[in-house]
Amino acid sequence: MTWPEFWIVALRVVLTFGLLLVATILNVWGERKILADMQSRIGPNRAGPYGILQTVADGLKLFFKESVTPRKVELGMYLLAPFLAVIPAFLIFMMVPWGKPFMIGDYEVALQGADLNIGLLFILAMSSMAVYAVVLAGWSSGSKYPLLGGVRATAQAISYEAAMGLAMVSVVMFSATQGDGGTLSLAEIVERQSGTWGGLLPVLEPVLRFVPRWNVIPQLVGFVIFFVAIVAETNRAPFDLVEAEQEIVGGFHTEYSGMRFAMFFLAEYVNIFSMCAIAATLFLGGWNGPTFDDALPGFISAFLPTVYFLLKTYFLVFLFFWIRATLPRLRYDQLMQLGWKRLIPGALGWLALSTFVLAFRQFGVPWS
Amino acid sequence: MGLLRELIKGLRVTGGTMLRTIGGGELVTIEYPKVMRDKPQRFHGRHVLNRYPDGMEKCIGCELCAGACPAKCIYVRGMDNDPAHPTSPGERYGFVYEINMLRCIFCGLCVEACPTEAITMTSLFEFSTTSRQDAIYTRDTLLMDERGTVPHMFPDDPLADMEELNTADGWLRATAPAGVAAYEGVQMWQPTPGAAGWPPEPSQEERDRRTKVDEPDG
Repeated sequence: MTWPEFWIVALRVVLTFGLLLVATILNVWGERKILADMQSRIGPNRAGPYGILQTVADGLKLFFKESVTPRKVELGMYLLAPFLAVIPAFLIFMMVPWGKPFMIGDYEVALQGADLNIGLLFILAMSSMAVYAVVLAGWSSGSKYPLLGGVRATAQAISYEAAMGLAMVSVVMFSATQGDGGTLSLAEIVERQSGTWGGLLPVLEPVLRFVPRWNVIPQLVGFVIFFVAIVAETNRAPFDLVEAEQEIVGGFHTEYSGMRFAMFFLAEYVNIFSMCAIAATLFLGGWNGPTFDDALPGFISAFLPTVYFLLKTYFLVFLFFWIRATLPRLRYDQLMQLGWKRLIPGALGWLALSTFVLAFRQFGVPWS
Repeated sequence: MGLLRELIKGLRVTGGTMLRTIGGGELVTIEYPKVMRDKPQRFHGRHVLNRYPDGMEKCIGCELCAGACPAKCIYVRGMDNDPAHPTSPGERYGFVYEINMLRCIFCGLCVEACPTEAITMTSLFEFSTTSRQDAIYTRDTLLMDERGTVPHMFPDDPLADMEELNTADGWLRATAPAGVAAYEGVQMWQPTPGAAGWPPEPSQEERDRRTKVDEPDG
């Protein structure tokens, strides 16, 4: 690796990290503002214009607060758990391509933390790792409510990760037919969603010419299943049984305070943003969109893909908040029922269906 | 499918509310220190010891308020008036008058018990203190001055709105002997400290129209 390459990699990582942090800070503020609007309230409006610095103020406050360690905790795990929550949350976003690669001299700069060829597997692994943080935090707190939260987290993660993985598989399969062989690299999956559906059906050509070639169109069912699963995976309402305030105080983070609590909080919002980014990447075409290369100056059309990516991601984040403001929390048995009786069979059925359709398209139907 | 329909119904409610709020719709909250909500006319706020228009104190130190108080938060001691310079029109006056605002439940029984309407309640409600001692309001704080103004415990406090405090208390005006029948359209009850303006007195005709529903026909 030469020095320019080294600096480019460093720049990529720092940029991705910075984007994620800024987006998360805005998310926390945005959620409070949107919830306030949906409840006819004003919301935070003290720190900065429209209260936009509220998250910064809260973070500073938490930073200077005492981190109380209860006497009964298992100290090692108790101290480790917040880090186990934060690190996978950040690593997940490192896989997401958030802009179109561009050239500086002879070097290509991919706007992505790292382009692993097993990106999707890595994401699944990391999101499973994040569950360990919740479980360990719940168990090591040595208190009953956190333990209940941890147990719930285990059950919930197992139930919904299966559906999430199956929805991802159908995307990967579909994406394999769109280019040269199958791929798990997110950058490649995004590339294959560029362009429009033009040329698919001559009859509908005038319409299809303007329909973007996003995976969400053939994989709508998969998208819905994936979206429900990521809401459950990030422990957001209506699936926030893990930290149900009304039943189990704060769930797994009951015994955490100060900066350690802030880390769990940060991890939750980072996870929301990364999961929405992944949904946008897999189903909504990532940074793809009209860039008007001929009409606009170069730097704007190089910047537009990032804007498209953020727009799509924030649209999904907004859906998260909207759902949170609307739906009451599911009961435990309802959660299990939705996971095992609806989502997993649904995802399996959808996977089978899209497998058959794709196979028939490639090899012809057996009765022909 | 029924579940999905219910989901969309719910999302429409929250989404609609959001659009209404963004579009400048009515909010359920107000920005409290900046904006004051109108308080009801008979708000049970902090107490005030009233004076007659000539400046005499109404309290005669009878301790009926202390006896009526269910929270036992009032302490009164009466003293004989100096015949040359009487403090109150009666025989005695309350020379010690203390209310412990931490114990007071704002029931208003003291106001009902008072034979001379000396103690009444204002609409003031912001009396947080930093010590228990400060929460015991003494005669100096409770007694209104000659202009009918309620004194403030902490006049230097940034939250103290002296403008608001300087409006005359309504009870004093209402019981003033200068009562004339023609109050039509006049704001008879002056704004009490802490309350936003009150509506003017309705005319006799309007009063009749309002109460007509209750009158039996013929």
